[in-house]
Amino acid sequence: MFFGLSEEQLLIQESFRGHLTRSVDLDRIRKTANSERATDRALWNELTTLGLPGLLISEDFGGSGLQLIDAAIVAIELGRSMAPVPFAATSIMAPLALNLAGSPAQQAEWLPRLAAGDMTLGIALADIASGARRRSSVIYNNNRLNGKACFALDAADADAFLIADTDGRLYLLRADAPGVTRDILPSIDGTRPLCTLHLENADAEPLAENSPEAIEAIIRAGRIILAAESFGASEELLDRAVAYAKERNQFGRAIGSFQAIKHLCAEMAAELQPCQSLVWYAAYAFDHLPEDASLSALLTKSHMDEVGRFVSRSAIEVHGGMGYTDLMGLHFWFKRIGFNRAQLGGPESLRAAAARLQGFVTPAA
Amino acid sequence: MDLADRAEHRAFREEVREFISAHRHLAPEETADSYRLLPRSYSEKVRKWQSLLVDRGYASRTVPKSYGGFGAEPDILKTKIITDEFFRAGLPPALYNQGVSMLVPTLLEHGSEEQKKKWIEPTIRAEVFWCQGYSEPGAGSDLASLQTRAHEDGDDFVINGSKIWTSSAHIADMIFCLVRTETEAGKYDGISYLIFSMDTPGIEVRPLQTMTGHPSFNEVFFTDVRVPKSQVVGGRGKGWKIANSTLAHERGMLANTNHAAGRLQKIAGMLKSETLNGRPLFENAIMMDRFIRLQARVQALRLHEMRLVTEAVAGKPRNIADMVCKLLGCELNHQIDAFAIDILGEIGVLYDGVPSVHHDSIWQQFYMYDLGLIIGGGTAQIQKNIIAERGLDMPREPKSAKG
Repeated sequence: MFFGLSEEQLLIQESFRGHLTRSVDLDRIRKTANSERATDRALWNELTTLGLPGLLISEDFGGSGLQLIDAAIVAIELGRSMAPVPFAATSIMAPLALNLAGSPAQQAEWLPRLAAGDMTLGIALADIASGARRRSSVIYNNNRLNGKACFALDAADADAFLIADTDGRLYLLRADAPGVTRDILPSIDGTRPLCTLHLENADAEPLAENSPEAIEAIIRAGRIILAAESFGASEELLDRAVAYAKERNQFGRAIGSFQAIKHLCAEMAAELQPCQSLVWYAAYAFDHLPEDASLSALLTKSHMDEVGRFVSRSAIEVHGGMGYTDLMGLHFWFKRIGFNRAQLGGPESLRAAAARLQGFVTPAA
Repeated sequence: MDLADRAEHRAFREEVREFISAHRHLAPEETADSYRLLPRSYSEKVRKWQSLLVDRGYASRTVPKSYGGFGAEPDILKTKIITDEFFRAGLPPALYNQGVSMLVPTLLEHGSEEQKKKWIEPTIRAEVFWCQGYSEPGAGSDLASLQTRAHEDGDDFVINGSKIWTSSAHIADMIFCLVRTETEAGKYDGISYLIFSMDTPGIEVRPLQTMTGHPSFNEVFFTDVRVPKSQVVGGRGKGWKIANSTLAHERGMLANTNHAAGRLQKIAGMLKSETLNGRPLFENAIMMDRFIRLQARVQALRLHEMRLVTEAVAGKPRNIADMVCKLLGCELNHQIDAFAIDILGEIGVLYDGVPSVHHDSIWQQFYMYDLGLIIGGGTAQIQKNIIAERGLDMPREPKSAKG
């Protein structure tokens, strides 16, 4: 048994951490968060040279053909650095959808461009992943999509979309196709707007091998990646809180010498330590332990969502009033964690799903 | 990541399984009584089982053959396989009392050859039972302020003072004890680690009734207790360092995720079997939410443990990942017990000797016992100091006494 990262994985971690540490600073995050666009294009191009969009795309299509645990390692680093680039939908869920349910022709058409970073794909499947709200519904008929798809991820700057219909089948749709209107809804995380896609007889193409198993796996992967990102963001917040508590003096002592502060930091660290193993394992199970893959993804995201909330508010509290300011910028990580919590199922619905999966059926609420 | 056993470990797992199926009829039953007053010594059945486990290398596996152990090379994966397989089979694991888990590692590291020869084998074979004399009424979390004194008289130390929270002192044969031998030295430098018989004249043991109703702790009073100087372990005045090395062993022992996983399994069964107005309790969405929360925590801690095993195999030194285990493990066990009590409703408050609900009433006992474990072996608050100061390198508490 070996529960840890391989040499190759440590190299991936090192290369992304190194680059992100050098190139992403608060100014850069702030600039994107306050701009019209959700993506820092220059950063996207730099990360593309490191292989960011092609992690899960096979080498035949110009990607690196890696597994979800490798992508989770990268997601942790993106969360840690609060990188203002899309990831979970365009670089993980979309390639997986094409890998699992695309025809050879669809794969050949889309995967090389995704891997090259030339285009990005938004994904709209919130109704399937978290349940329908606000009367959204998408109907496919005669090669046309009609209706409204809510809460699309990575969709604001995307060139095309993968949209789920009410039955959970996925369709490819170009952003500039006639009959498609994209409403960009700013979210708390300025680098992660949500989109509403209005569809009026929009020309769409179903994935050739749509199946309930495929969409379930795509959502599962998305949840694991969001949890990984929130883990990285939480670790960064804890590191900053600890560093600040050692520097800041009040009553003639570093505030980190007071147990009120010290114990809060210890609690954050204690909660976070096992989350790393939870994330690694869920990502590993995705590719290697099919019998445990569904449950571990549900437990991982629901738990990480809760720990992320605790760490993000507590780390800001440790900083006192400064933590609350835009100057300090902690709010970017706080918001990323809060954003991720609500996507692809919040902790309560994930726990309910975990209960159902294990044969505990509660009457519908 | 590679969670499969390699060939050597696969074969070892097979070997353990074969042993269990061939010998399980010899194993003593693990009952609620393990939380109650034990007889003066282990039963014949427990001693024989423990001795068999030592012979086969399933207990005290790495203790050298010359001291009565199995003499295996340290292999933490094999140790984990043994623990997991015994748990899976529902068998009590090898004895893990304070003698086995704390005294033996201490003697191996710091003891004289004579001490090792004399005490290790009978301890691991359950023939000698030990208690730990550390805490005092005025020295709990601040253990180094202990006041029990030993003055020199010829070849002996003469001990006066008292200890408290001494688990099993009423049934122990021997004690390992911290006493102040150097009155002039600093707080941390004047302490020695002594071992002596509980039958030595001048020792009085008073059971301390605890909230469980079962006296598992004691107060121990020493009046002119005479102990030969040769029974110091690791040299005069070195006791503080030695005690810290044993406390590290204890902290590892208090978080056992098999334990938590086993109880959670029982709770899953209760959610199906317990009914309210004729409906199974798992139909209550709030109950299920609590269950899955706990399940995620158990999963997180089990996986964390696997990571620590891998790090230990790689020789990575103890770090913050280890330091969080006692805090998290003890808290989780307590939360699991609390949930079981809530599932049982009114039945959950019945206690002791209610025959029809005997099995269920044990959760209250666990709930109180596990609160004790949150406090014992370094309180949760002390654990947080350790995590923050040693793990996160935050500024230390200002210490009032010198040293």
